[in-house]
Amino acid sequence: MPLTRAQVRHVAQLARIGLEAGDEEFYADQLSGILEHIDRLQEVPTDDIAPTAQVVEVTNPLREDVPRPGLTQEEALANAPAPVNGFFRVPSIQEEA
Amino acid sequence: MSELTELTISEAARLLRLHSISAGELVTAHVKRIEDIDPLVRAYLRFTPELWEKQADEADQKLSRGEGGPLTGIPVAVKDVLCVKGVETTAGSRILRGFKPPYTGTAVGRLFEAGAVMLGVTNCDEFAMGSSTENSGYFPTHNPWDLDRVPGGSSGGSAAAVAAGEAMISLGTDTGGSIRQPAAVCGVVGMKPTYGRVSRYGLIAFASSLDQIGPFARSVEDASLVLEAMAGYDPLDATSAERPNDVRRDFDKGVKGMRLGVPYEYTQVEGMERGVADAVDVAIKTLEKAGAEIVEVNLPHTDYGLAAYYIIAPAECSSNLARFDGVKYGMSVQDVDNITEMYMRTRREGFGTEVRRRIMLGTYALSSGYYDAYYLKAQKVRTLIKRDFDDAFSKCDAIVSATSPVVAFPLGSRTENPLSMYLCDVLTLGGNLAGLPGISVPCGMSQGLPVGLQVLAPQWREDVALRVARAYEAASGVRAEVPSPRSPQGRG
Repeated sequence: MPLTRAQVRHVAQLARIGLEAGDEEFYADQLSGILEHIDRLQEVPTDDIAPTAQVVEVTNPLREDVPRPGLTQEEALANAPAPVNGFFRVPSIQEEA
Repeated sequence: MSELTELTISEAARLLRLHSISAGELVTAHVKRIEDIDPLVRAYLRFTPELWEKQADEADQKLSRGEGGPLTGIPVAVKDVLCVKGVETTAGSRILRGFKPPYTGTAVGRLFEAGAVMLGVTNCDEFAMGSSTENSGYFPTHNPWDLDRVPGGSSGGSAAAVAAGEAMISLGTDTGGSIRQPAAVCGVVGMKPTYGRVSRYGLIAFASSLDQIGPFARSVEDASLVLEAMAGYDPLDATSAERPNDVRRDFDKGVKGMRLGVPYEYTQVEGMERGVADAVDVAIKTLEKAGAEIVEVNLPHTDYGLAAYYIIAPAECSSNLARFDGVKYGMSVQDVDNITEMYMRTRREGFGTEVRRRIMLGTYALSSGYYDAYYLKAQKVRTLIKRDFDDAFSKCDAIVSATSPVVAFPLGSRTENPLSMYLCDVLTLGGNLAGLPGISVPCGMSQGLPVGLQVLAPQWREDVALRVARAYEAASGVRAEVPSPRSPQGRG
């Protein structure tokens, strides 16, 4: 099933990936080609088959709830693009009332 | 070229223990080789002289006291997805340029504890997504056997470094074949362990249910020693398993009496080159002569593996890569009006084409209205693929096949058509979907380029995979050679 340009815009918004000139056609074309191959999955009968999300034998391992040292505030912020007063700074997310 | 850059671990360890050479000299020889050859191969993104000086010193002190193990003083290169404290680690991506991890991941940390000496950080496809290392956000790596060809990927820099004598061993990661395929096309040994054998703590995640860390080396024994040093439970990775570290059990016992399965479907895959098929046939006959019984097995869902993988891996990556948002680390576009614009422009500019393509594909497969048709369906097919392997392993001890259907291909020849690139992984990604251990070992040449033999074993049976690979190596006498790449005419 080919992807439309409207679907590309929707998915890009969900994925928070900006679109530049030519991107819509590019993704629509390339993703449609890949999805055409992927559509062969529909040939496989899977009515009674349970899905496999992971292949490890352990499920929900627990540990003692004991505090241990973590990163210091300085270490946690060392790679931040715009730290301020010990916080991560981001552009405003709300308009002033 | 110095012979010190062509040694295996056991050869180097013997010389180090006899004090015929020092760890410092071993590092110096490799640095010299890197200076000579890396401007052509471009296996490395960056070097770590502070680490190699300190670690070689410590190794020499240990060796002078008669201490240390097989990895003491051994030069290692590390793929750019494995965090090393204070060393710029970028997953081959511009979005992480300048990122210096505040901690060292478990696998690398265990190698350091075992005395390995880090030379530098190797190039890879961005976020380990690719089969040629051409998706690196920095530059492509060249195959040491033919500089106009790719080294495979995504761990292409790590494979090329070992192949070219620029490191004795290296680390890579394998999500759909990213260790085994570059090992095959660069003519070295590469191993993907059972999912859960090696802790993923400190690995920049691509697809968390598939990723595993593993070694590149010039011999099967070297690969086994590196794996043994990294393996084992880690409380910092809940998917790592509490199991005995038995990967080297019966290592040199040969294949006599073992039953090896050749999957019919793996011999029939699209694009399989005649030269590769022939080299692998000869290798399988060699194993038969060494005493193995060869049986045909079936993996009936092989034709659906690529499709299932290209839903599951992108779905997981779209979730994992949500963290790269310009807030906490790495690149950030700051001249924006609001936070959504910052996210969208940072991710558009910071991620390369293939990474954006996969995030888009994964987001689509997980989006409302498509989840059942794509993601859930792919997970069900994953169950069937795993069952195929279970059935096959009821008839044989290990599976043998080609690692890659093709030899190293020319740079640029598959970048326009993503599906043609994805098809490089058609024989390896089943091992990831089922969580199996797999190894690629050099098995001769086609068109003057290396071919790899893949051995897959049941979960937790690295010992079987290594034993078969070792038996092949011993019986065939094929050893990972170090080629001497020359600057082709017309290139500087």
